[in-house]
Amino acid sequence: MTIMIVYYAITAFFGAVLFWNFVKSKDVQKAILYLVILMPFVLRVFRLK
Amino acid sequence: MKANREWIIKGIALAVWAGVLVSSGIAFAQHRQYKEAVVLGAGVVDVRTLGDYFEPLKGTTNDCNIYILDSGVPGGTLLIMGAVHAEEPATNLAAQLIVENASATTGRIIVAIHENRSGSTVTRPGDAYPQFFTIETDWGEKKFRMGDRWANPLDSWPDPETYVHYPSGQLLAYMDVRNMNRTWPGRPNGSLAERTSYAFMRLIEEEGVDLTIDLHEAELEYPIIGTIVAHQGALDVAAMVSMMLTAQEFTIGMEISPLALHGLSHREIGDFSDSPCILLEAPEPFLDRVRGVTDEALLLTGQDEFVMKAGEHGLLYWPIDENGWPIDIRVARHVRTIEKITELWTRFHPDEAMVVAGFPTYNEMVELGVGHFFHDPSTVSQDRVAFE
Repeated sequence: MTIMIVYYAITAFFGAVLFWNFVKSKDVQKAILYLVILMPFVLRVFRLK
Repeated sequence: MKANREWIIKGIALAVWAGVLVSSGIAFAQHRQYKEAVVLGAGVVDVRTLGDYFEPLKGTTNDCNIYILDSGVPGGTLLIMGAVHAEEPATNLAAQLIVENASATTGRIIVAIHENRSGSTVTRPGDAYPQFFTIETDWGEKKFRMGDRWANPLDSWPDPETYVHYPSGQLLAYMDVRNMNRTWPGRPNGSLAERTSYAFMRLIEEEGVDLTIDLHEAELEYPIIGTIVAHQGALDVAAMVSMMLTAQEFTIGMEISPLALHGLSHREIGDFSDSPCILLEAPEPFLDRVRGVTDEALLLTGQDEFVMKAGEHGLLYWPIDENGWPIDIRVARHVRTIEKITELWTRFHPDEAMVVAGFPTYNEMVELGVGHFFHDPSTVSQDRVAFE
């Protein structure tokens, strides 16, 4: 259970980093790529997939 | 100006992303929370849950229903387990058909329709499985969840680098820590699948189960197909069932459970309890890696030109033609084999007799369709309806 919680925290951290990269990126193609990568992280944190 | 354009594109992308996220999230949540109605047949005298046998499982995803069909006449106790792999739908359909129609006239039948319920709340990532499938009944369509071979990572995560089976110490693939047919006999403090196996072992012990039947389906590329796999404690019954059904009704093989292959039901249940275990495999072309479009039609008809082509090249272990392997035949094979097993078990073990009634015949299931044997939950008293 502890490991599971740590993994969710790691997932949330990387999700936040990806979203921050989306905001800061000047290259829209990279920004869209960040969003695509972010999708499974968000679905996992919200326990949907 | 350039900055504005950048933020307009980002805004549009974010809106599309949010739309996809919400719509897919809703679809995933609906699949995970969908409940299948089960009409309790006249033979069902009690519905317990797996948590009644192992308290820590109570209220979890895998606290599945346990249906008790008790004749009241002393005899043997048979445990039937469906959907250990929830991507093998003929197994839970066969188990549910028995709950809705069958009864015991000597001894008891105990049924778990979704043995690993967590696995039925997710489909295999990257394989484009349909989330649901429907069966035509006499009163309309009945909807079922399609699932996966492994428990949902939402319930059991993360996987280890290598799964070390308990208690043998045999090394298995990492994801098989979520595969309930690799976690027998289980342990109380293991993964969800290990705890679920452990709970079933407690059920077998507490209920004095004499024989366990584990239902499966397999791809035609896999050598263990269209067969009975039996623990050494039930070899005589399994061999006789295979011979009689093959000679009189349909071809079904028989194999001996390997002694050194650990974690499987047909090996560990018999080794760690007084109940030998028999595993049944039906052919499911939907699972073949060479299949074409992976949709509900393939799941239900078992018709696929690519799998047929593989057969023409001698790459399959089971025959297939343009008729495929429809769900009605796959369910009928399971139900009829179970009935035959009870008949021969009773002949070999008269002190543990299991006499059943209400099983539809093989021809009835194939000709009328399995949907004919599912009852309309809206027409019965709600205390005779359970949910999976």
